[in-house]
Amino acid sequence: MAVVTEFQKAAYVAGQAADARVNVEIEAEGMTLNIGPQHPATHGTLRIVVRLDGEQVVWAEPVCGYMHRGYEKLTEVRTYPQVTTLVNRIDWLGSFANEVPFILAAEKLMDVEAPPRAQWIRTALFELGRLANITLFLGDMGVQLGALTPVFYAFRDREHVLNLIEAATGGRFHPNYDRIGGLKEDLPKGWVTEVKSAMSRIRTFCDEMEDLLVGNEIFETRTRGIGLVPAAVGLEYGLSGANIRASGVDWDIRRDEDSPLAWKHCDWKVWTHPDGDCFARYWVRLQEVREATKIVEQLLDGLPSGPIQAKVPRIIKVPAGEAWVHTDNPLGEMGYYVVSKGGLGPFRTKIRTPSFSNISILPWLLRGVYVPDVITILASLYFILGDIDR
Amino acid sequence: MTAALHLAYWQTTTIKVLVVMGVIPLGALVLAYVFLLKMMSHMQSRLGPMEAGPHGVLQLLADAGKFLQKEDVFPERADRAVFALAPVVVLMSAFLLYVVIPAGPRLTVSNLDTGVFFALAVSSLSVLGVLMAGWSSANKYSLIGALRAAGQLIAYELPLVLGVVGVVIQAGTMSLQGIVQAQAHGALLGFKTLGEPYILPQALGFVLFIVGAQAELTQTPFDMPLAETELVAGYMVEYTGFRFLFFFMAEFGTAFAFAAIGATLFLGGWYVPGVHGTAADVLGPFVLGAKIMLVSFFIFWFRFTYPRFREDQLQAVAWKYLIPLALVNILVTGLLKVVV
Amino acid sequence: MAADAAAGEEAAAGGTPEAESPAAQATATTEAPAPVDERRQPWLEALQAELGEALVGHEIAGGDVWVRVDSRAWRRAVVACRDRLGCDYFCFLSGLDWKADVDLAAEKVWDPEAQPSAPAAGANGGYRTGVAGGDTRFQVFARLFSTSAKVGITLKADLDEEDPRVESIVSLYRGAEWHEREAWEMLGFTFDGHPGLRHIYLPGEFEGHPLRKDFPLLSRDVKPWPGLVDVEAMPGEPEGGGDAEGADAEGAGAEGGEG
Repeated sequence: MAVVTEFQKAAYVAGQAADARVNVEIEAEGMTLNIGPQHPATHGTLRIVVRLDGEQVVWAEPVCGYMHRGYEKLTEVRTYPQVTTLVNRIDWLGSFANEVPFILAAEKLMDVEAPPRAQWIRTALFELGRLANITLFLGDMGVQLGALTPVFYAFRDREHVLNLIEAATGGRFHPNYDRIGGLKEDLPKGWVTEVKSAMSRIRTFCDEMEDLLVGNEIFETRTRGIGLVPAAVGLEYGLSGANIRASGVDWDIRRDEDSPLAWKHCDWKVWTHPDGDCFARYWVRLQEVREATKIVEQLLDGLPSGPIQAKVPRIIKVPAGEAWVHTDNPLGEMGYYVVSKGGLGPFRTKIRTPSFSNISILPWLLRGVYVPDVITILASLYFILGDIDR
Repeated sequence: MTAALHLAYWQTTTIKVLVVMGVIPLGALVLAYVFLLKMMSHMQSRLGPMEAGPHGVLQLLADAGKFLQKEDVFPERADRAVFALAPVVVLMSAFLLYVVIPAGPRLTVSNLDTGVFFALAVSSLSVLGVLMAGWSSANKYSLIGALRAAGQLIAYELPLVLGVVGVVIQAGTMSLQGIVQAQAHGALLGFKTLGEPYILPQALGFVLFIVGAQAELTQTPFDMPLAETELVAGYMVEYTGFRFLFFFMAEFGTAFAFAAIGATLFLGGWYVPGVHGTAADVLGPFVLGAKIMLVSFFIFWFRFTYPRFREDQLQAVAWKYLIPLALVNILVTGLLKVVV
Repeated sequence: MAADAAAGEEAAAGGTPEAESPAAQATATTEAPAPVDERRQPWLEALQAELGEALVGHEIAGGDVWVRVDSRAWRRAVVACRDRLGCDYFCFLSGLDWKADVDLAAEKVWDPEAQPSAPAAGANGGYRTGVAGGDTRFQVFARLFSTSAKVGITLKADLDEEDPRVESIVSLYRGAEWHEREAWEMLGFTFDGHPGLRHIYLPGEFEGHPLRKDFPLLSRDVKPWPGLVDVEAMPGEPEGGGDAEGADAEGAGAEGGEG
């Protein structure tokens, strides 16, 4: 019998500590499986510890923080214009949508309102951010279920949206285009025509996804009745956006809240689905993409002329006060609670990100499902790691 | 290959062994290039590899070179002997499959009387390798993958076998050469010149065979044992270098062999209407190759298009639908055989 | 570390002459006859009736309502919001640390050599707190929302500085579990009755509470506040020798960090 080496002892202690950290109690029955932090289904570095009985999940616990960047603390040592650079990186697929609520909160505190043209362009880019984000989901859901092709179509058509964002803002992923009181600059020439053709491409893509996935029997058997979230439970956990609309809650901040942004000038519909399962979440997002293309087109048709920047001091000081501004971001309700003490930068920013609340339901939702369904549920709740860990 | 040339036994044996050793890797290469690298890419609106050779034809050779150079890694707690042996067992099953497939009237490695039986039996040998790989890797993902593979292959062996029984009843022989001959000499609705490819009378059998083969090959929609997005790569998780290459070759080699069996059983194998004797021996391999590509095309088309089932749904499909259908098929075929 | 905290206090001491005290502002707005918000006023009245004395501060402004309750009535307030007001959606829960920050607005250049003076007197207890007032350094705050009425409310409660402790609301809103864990880890609040307060973002052996104002941001020890350095006059736009001052700030900040 070999003597246990110091290294083995240390490894054992480290292993025990790691387990204790997430309160994993080792039992003789069942098997503990670590899904992540490096696992294709978590598209990022989320770790989910599941205990399995056969293939059935007895108990699940997500462990986040592998990507925690401390944005709430960092905003305290940045000036207001600098914060957009940080918050861009929260939900990196729909970055522009992250900037908007923060800028709106600062504007609310300063009692500044951007001119109409800026608001309309903001809204259009917000929806383009939504498209860039959710089109990827529509394809990615297929990959998580084993269908390889949809995601390539998604990347193909999303490219057009990213090109548009790049053309307008100069950045594909991190636009940093929103300014307090307006925008960095006006739209480039010919952009509106390009957007029109890209929107029809996206709608074709939606039809393709409808044929390829929604109409597929295997897709339906894999998603119908899987990961059921009753509306009351979902709300209690703070699920928002498409996730809660898929449970039949007719709530969209874009429509229900009086926001300076231009959604109120457009004719569009908030889709809900009564089922609350993975299929419903996919379906609602599919419709949401279609609506978003409509919103963008209408906004650009009625784009007012005029300045894109309100008069603000060159060095921005935000008066003391507290403001909460939230918007319906691609992933759900995103909000900033900005506390100002009259300085150049926020005194405290609470960033309410949708994914954090969305995945907090996982321990409840994953109990009793099979391993493949874990992946389906993860995919359908649709989180971005930066949005969980901030 | 015996009649014309009068070769000694050891010579024919050597040639046969070399042919089999050559055909399977070559077939695997062709399938992997044509379907995995090119067809899938084009279906997904991308180009695939384009740099190595014209249109990237040499990409797989480059990949093989890369795999061979890699370090042969064993997981720390792996059962080393079993871990090393598993890919060989899987690959062997692919080689054995090809032994009974005729490529011409005289071009067959071994014309067994029970050819169908042999092919289906050795095809399940790969399960053993998969289980060995999954267990010996000392990895939970591997273990789940291997257990899934075992459950799945057992479940789908039945519809596969039962689907083929219809063909055997109709042909009246289990020899693959005999089945080709039966199709060549059969008559379709009294129309004799084209023979009778069994895909027409045995359409249901063909469907069952393709579905079963898809599951045997663990290809989407039945790729739960691999399931990149859940189990990462199932039983292959811990493999790297040339051992992974073995699995890769076995995957496509088996696909090639199953496509060959499908082509032989249902599409008339090497037979071309109006060509007999030595001409058939020369033409046969090409005809068979073309039919193999056709069958493979369907197999891979499904693979690139469909999402995958869940393990329990897969079992339900096998036991609730495929097996009863196969039994009905056998019953009807048997009745027609007796009546007609 | 100590230098940083001290710097924070002294800069706060510098004060912002133009910014009025937020607490004072808050009291002013609650007393001033503002236009009544028809959707939120009934909520406030319902809570006042339900909580009575425990409701210690409130404000309705800018389409939002804040209610500050006694920390002992925290859970009762949440129950009232859930059952009386129909708040079915749990938005977030977090905390505030009102200890004075290094005040970026005080001057363009943060001068670490400036003499520290007594903390600016706030409304109560030396802390200048925000909307709906506050008496102590720490506040826990949560936001609840009613998806049927489409109205949200922000609840606040003052917490003791030495032992910030409040009753958990996990049994009311299951989603609060992670938010309370985060507040526990980031601000050091204790939630009585929480099923398992453990780290959520930070490693298990992490010490300290990063969102507290006295927790040093290590990168700021080696580099000055980027906010200060970057706010310089544009080239060709001379504004009180902004460039020179900016350069000074860089140097001064680096020195301050070492000390």
